[in-house]
Amino acid sequence: MSKEELLKKRYRAEKRFKFYGLTSVILAILFVLFLVNVIFSKGKGAFSRTTISVEVDFNTEKLELKNNPTNKEIQDTDFYDLSIESLLNVYKTNGLKEEKDLIRIFSPDYEIEIKNFIIENKGFLNKTAIIELTASDDIDQLNKGNYPRHLPEERRRISDFQLLIYDKLVEDNKIQKTFNTFLFTNGDSRDPELAGVGGSLLGSFFTIIVTLLLSFPIAILASIYLEEFAPKNRITDFIEININNLAAVPSIVFGLLGLGILLGTFDFPRSTPLVAGITLALMTLPRIIIPCRASLKAVPPSIREGALAVGASKVQSVTHHVVPLAIPGTLSGTIIGLAQALGETAPLILIGMVAFVVDLPSSPVDPSASLPVQVYLWSEQAERGFVEKTSATIMILLTFLITMNAFAVYLRQKFERRWS
Amino acid sequence: MTNNKVKIKTEKLNVFYGQKQALKNVNLEIYNREVTALIGPSGCGKSTYIRCINRMNDVIETCKISGSIKIDGQEINNKQIDVVRLRERIGMVFQKPNPFPKSIYDNVAYGPQIHGLADHKDKLDQIVQTSLKKSALWEEVKDRLDEPGTSLSGGQQQRLCIARAISVNPEVILMDEPCSALDPIATAKIEELMEELKKTFTIVIVTHSMAQAVRVSQRTGFFHLGNLIEVDTTDKMFKNPNNKMTQDYITGRFG
Repeated sequence: MSKEELLKKRYRAEKRFKFYGLTSVILAILFVLFLVNVIFSKGKGAFSRTTISVEVDFNTEKLELKNNPTNKEIQDTDFYDLSIESLLNVYKTNGLKEEKDLIRIFSPDYEIEIKNFIIENKGFLNKTAIIELTASDDIDQLNKGNYPRHLPEERRRISDFQLLIYDKLVEDNKIQKTFNTFLFTNGDSRDPELAGVGGSLLGSFFTIIVTLLLSFPIAILASIYLEEFAPKNRITDFIEININNLAAVPSIVFGLLGLGILLGTFDFPRSTPLVAGITLALMTLPRIIIPCRASLKAVPPSIREGALAVGASKVQSVTHHVVPLAIPGTLSGTIIGLAQALGETAPLILIGMVAFVVDLPSSPVDPSASLPVQVYLWSEQAERGFVEKTSATIMILLTFLITMNAFAVYLRQKFERRWS
Repeated sequence: MTNNKVKIKTEKLNVFYGQKQALKNVNLEIYNREVTALIGPSGCGKSTYIRCINRMNDVIETCKISGSIKIDGQEINNKQIDVVRLRERIGMVFQKPNPFPKSIYDNVAYGPQIHGLADHKDKLDQIVQTSLKKSALWEEVKDRLDEPGTSLSGGQQQRLCIARAISVNPEVILMDEPCSALDPIATAKIEELMEELKKTFTIVIVTHSMAQAVRVSQRTGFFHLGNLIEVDTTDKMFKNPNNKMTQDYITGRFG
């Protein structure tokens, strides 16, 4: 082969290589776009909810309320009859079955919603108010256009009569679509229209705080000691190998550890962010120690020598010079470790975070769910409302993770500029 | 040459890095307020020798040192000596300029701060200024003391490192090939500076350049494969050495 031909062949090989590389990048981007598109198109519905306008006459005599009642007095009053009466006024019914059908287009919490309305708007006592009541899951889905209304009646959960009511209500402009605040403020519920990630958001928040407080200081001190002070011998080598191995241990094993030791031996409260935080801290420790040690190792030895040569003690050379230079890598390593912990599901299932918890946790020792477990729980539900809520929760979780990773990048750049 | 006081005296100094012996039975005297140059081919133990004087070899775990190192008659090669205090007395400048990634001011102020040499800001400012003046850097940086030390040129960085070393007012300055990473102009500046510094400090310089040894030093030691072959006044060493090997090295036959 002549020199010319050889050169051409080399250029062709280079072109081919570039083409393969570019194709891989484009494929990867397409996958991500596809994933985001699927999640977004499925989940966007969960951010709105459907309400039905209902006229309620707050007659104090009928309710057997005094004039100017206190909140507690209203709370203790039975609103059931008033609620049913108001709901039945929405459409003319004939017979018990139709009445039942009418009431079932509302979410079962109508009595509480009416009560809460009058507690917040006492001015409507002895007056008639128009209240937006939450529609049932099926009506909600119907209104979002996700419901197969063309199916024969026996294969639908919405009866023909309910469809009739719905169409009339739409005609009268009594069906509204509003932003779904329930998604962020409510805990879990058996009714998809009332279920929210409020509880799991708080649970995840408390868990991450516990994980951070435990794993960050321990990991930092361990990596500084191992990297800067520990004598280099068999024991340190052994520890190093084990840290690397621990980082590769499947997370569910840490769940078993939490179950056996924290719940079994020490009897910590089950399903709580405290236990979840400790378990995830154990899992996160090696994942923080490894990047921390790497960034300490990356600090040039000349800096250490320079500090020692002017008479700094070992600790001073480390705290004044080495650690500040290692901060960017350390912080981003920590945040990425925490982000992994935030998305972890398997160990939490083992320590009982899968429990059905309606109340919002107010401290790390209250039972609660967490975001990834909430995704897991809702993905098992059959109702269409839960399907879109699953995707919405994934969106919220991803938003959290992206924010944390962006924060890590920001910190790295900020500190790098300062120390370069 | 002057027959003044011996500042550093090593006797039967042996250094091992693991199995490898880096210094063999070195007996060397370094005189007060003089520049002593250590020359020799790469790997001959010159750097190892000066790193023994401020105990920087302690950092290397496999390093074993035996023999005696006396500074002003005081033995420093034992466990009782406080290395932090020792390194305050014996400053060091490295081959590659290694300023801290901090401001020029903080680079010089760091030593005095950790040793508590300045009890208030004015005193610290004064130390920084004197040190930078002594290292002939003041005029170039006096308006930008807040800028990072790493933003200076190579030669300036090395003078900053010298300022950092003299800021704690040491007795001895060890220089490990301080000009090998610098251009000739920067080198000339450092050499000029050494002329000035030797009035106050005892200087030991390791150098690859024999011309530099001739220019800056009063006394020269020649190392080869861990042995101190010969030590004498620089004049005598380069004009009429006793040892054949020294003769061969300085005339460029090997090394």
